[in-house]
Amino acid sequence: MNPIEVNPSLNAKVPTDHTTDLHPSTEHHHDEAGNSMFGFIVFLLSESVIFLSFFTGYIVYKTNALDWLPPGVTGLETREPAINTVVLVSSSFVIYIAERFLHVKQLWGFRLFWLLTMAMGSYFLYGQAVEWRSLSFGFTDGVFGGTFYLLTGFHGLHVLTGILLQAIMLVRSFIPGNYDRGEFGVAATSLFWHFVDVIWIILFVLIYLWQ
Amino acid sequence: MTKLSVDEIAQIEQPLPGAPNNWKRFFSFSTDHKVIGIQYLVTSFFFFLVGGIFAMIIRGELITPEADLLDRAVYNAMFTMHGTVMLFLWTFPSLVGLSNYLVPLMIGAKDMAFPRLNAAAFWMVPVFGVILMASFLVPGGPSQSGWWAYPPVSLQNPTGNLINGQVLWMLAVAISGVSSIMGAVNFVTTIARMRAPGMTWFRMPVFVWTVFAAQIIQLFGLPALTAGAVMLLFDLTVGTSFFDPAKGGDPVLFQHFFWFYSHPAVYVIILPIFGIFSEIFPVYARKPLFGYKVVAISSLIITGLSGIVWVHHMFASGTPGWMRMVFMATTMLISVPTGIKVFAWVATIWGGKLRLNTPMLFALGGLVMFVFAGVTGIMLASVPFDIHVNNTYFVVGHFHYVIYGAVVMGMYAALYHWFPKMTGRMYSEGLGKLHFVLTFMGTNLNFFPMHPLGLQGMPRRVASYDPEFAFWNVVASLGAFLLGMSTLPFILNMIGSWVQGEAAPKNPWRAIGLEWLVSSPPTVENYEELPIVVAEPYGYGKTEPLVANPDRLEVAHESH
Ligand code: HEM
Repeated sequence: MNPIEVNPSLNAKVPTDHTTDLHPSTEHHHDEAGNSMFGFIVFLLSESVIFLSFFTGYIVYKTNALDWLPPGVTGLETREPAINTVVLVSSSFVIYIAERFLHVKQLWGFRLFWLLTMAMGSYFLYGQAVEWRSLSFGFTDGVFGGTFYLLTGFHGLHVLTGILLQAIMLVRSFIPGNYDRGEFGVAATSLFWHFVDVIWIILFVLIYLWQ
Repeated sequence: MTKLSVDEIAQIEQPLPGAPNNWKRFFSFSTDHKVIGIQYLVTSFFFFLVGGIFAMIIRGELITPEADLLDRAVYNAMFTMHGTVMLFLWTFPSLVGLSNYLVPLMIGAKDMAFPRLNAAAFWMVPVFGVILMASFLVPGGPSQSGWWAYPPVSLQNPTGNLINGQVLWMLAVAISGVSSIMGAVNFVTTIARMRAPGMTWFRMPVFVWTVFAAQIIQLFGLPALTAGAVMLLFDLTVGTSFFDPAKGGDPVLFQHFFWFYSHPAVYVIILPIFGIFSEIFPVYARKPLFGYKVVAISSLIITGLSGIVWVHHMFASGTPGWMRMVFMATTMLISVPTGIKVFAWVATIWGGKLRLNTPMLFALGGLVMFVFAGVTGIMLASVPFDIHVNNTYFVVGHFHYVIYGAVVMGMYAALYHWFPKMTGRMYSEGLGKLHFVLTFMGTNLNFFPMHPLGLQGMPRRVASYDPEFAFWNVVASLGAFLLGMSTLPFILNMIGSWVQGEAAPKNPWRAIGLEWLVSSPPTVENYEELPIVVAEPYGYGKTEPLVANPDRLEVAHESH
């Protein structure tokens, strides 16, 4: 029998073509990176329903609650959050540039813009923390306090997850040849980042603009 | 990358626990979908017995009008745990287990798309099973708020402890949700992308269609329940006021979140059972499935409609009149695609050469009881009627006819039908028929009396009742004990036949389907060479072959 190539670690992320090599008559390509991306998109769609449910809850409370704002609270400051929004939304373009660099195999360009994305994400989280500390109401102050912290907190958790994923991808870019066989990790992280951005835009409109 | 010869590959791909006859792999973190499928099935049937014991205790209490067997709080815990265990630890895992076993085989794949995710999803089941059972040990005992956990009842926390039955309940349900989402991503990806060459959408067996439709429901429904559960958990633990009416919260919103998932969840449960019926009737009637494409597509229609019927659980929750009308209409609408399937099955059986062995008997019995449940379901969909019987035993009777009459029966049918494939052994037909007779009689004796009881006004979730209800309750309890007994021949048959049953051939039923073209049990990789599908399924009475390469799907295994 012919000696053929296999990946000894049997790492599922890497497409191993040994099945087709063994039986050339079955022309069925087993595209594992494609599967992973497909599965990830399915997962994100599902994840978006959680946000959708929270948003629906928010709208129901806001339109129905008897005492919406806690006593002494008149509304939310929008200036700082607006700056935050601009930073987060522009980072979606920055991460896209990073991806283009990776695509043409310019690793340093990729790392630079990737790191910039991470910095912008971190700035966003920092801004969020500053805002939380300046507020006079807490998580348990009525349904307004509850939904405000629930939405911003749950979204913040996603931003944090995104930054952690980006950190992993950054480290992996130093492993020689890591991205030779496909860029699923980077593509998925970047998709996740766009997702987190879109959610934020809806959230910003609902919480800050619609007061 | 290294250069290896084919023999060495065989060793890598079939590591020690790989051989189909090695029982140790069932206790390992195996990534073989067939092992995982059986792990799910065995685990879930263990919990089926646990939930069954709770049911026996409930029926033991209800055999007399007075609350004499249990403390009322314990009774509350019993029905809560019965419902929760049966749904989250029996129904979902057993169906996922069966789907896990069958879907890759039926679409001609070597495994699921994400084998390790698959194993991780399975191992969460025993974990949350233990968490749920642990709630018997905490002060105050398990949750008592029913399987809906409606606030404000679920927010009471009488013992004041942070770790209480209700919190453990939510934790268990949350882990179950994560596991189900992981499974759903896996199934949808597998079905969409791992089909064998020539296996087009309209060549897939209906079972695969129904699993696909069911798992899509998990994907859009479960997150809504998760959202509601997260908010409930915050209410209970840190004192937010989302659902607490005393603090300005909205308890009805929780009901919306809950039923937005939990109603579609009944289709997650019943759709694969429709799939099982659609597989079994053609085999034992020796006729193609009537209206294959329509049956397949109506699964997806059910998925779509299932997202817009949930408020029929809330007709009595102060829902506005227009909402009641809308949801009454949608609920009646969803019986159309369901009715189409029933007609298709009847037409398949009609004039066929019936072979009444155990799987066919269970499937036929299941179909009859499902039709009965459908009739009471339509009655419940009508608002004036529902307001009258809401929260009575009529509802309990209705959904047990669905769940015992159709789901349990369908699941038994599937287990007998695919038992030779899964174990490589034949089951005992005599024990199987005994099991069927006991189950069919027990189900009707147990659950039929609940309908007159409900119409007379006996509320559900009570440990004592007015003596005028005594007669039907005694009948129901006797039926329940008969059902309890019915599991004995089943267990004996499954274990006994697995250990020393007759060896099963590839295709004992002369069934048409990819899974029947390979040995029983199939090898680790299922197919040495992927099948090339050339025909629609259910080609009974036709001469065309199903695949172009039936002789090359497997190599002789004796060599290693
Ligand atoms: C031997 C079989 C069974 C018997 C005798 C039985 C009996 C009962 C009874 C009497 C109740 C009503 C308790 C009350 O309202 O006070 C009940 C509730 C329930 N049962 Fe079963 N049952 C059986 C099997 C199943 C199965 C297989 C399922 C599968 C999902 C199931 C799911 C439920 C659920 C969800 C509830 C509602 C619990 C609640 O009110 O929160 N049961 N059962």
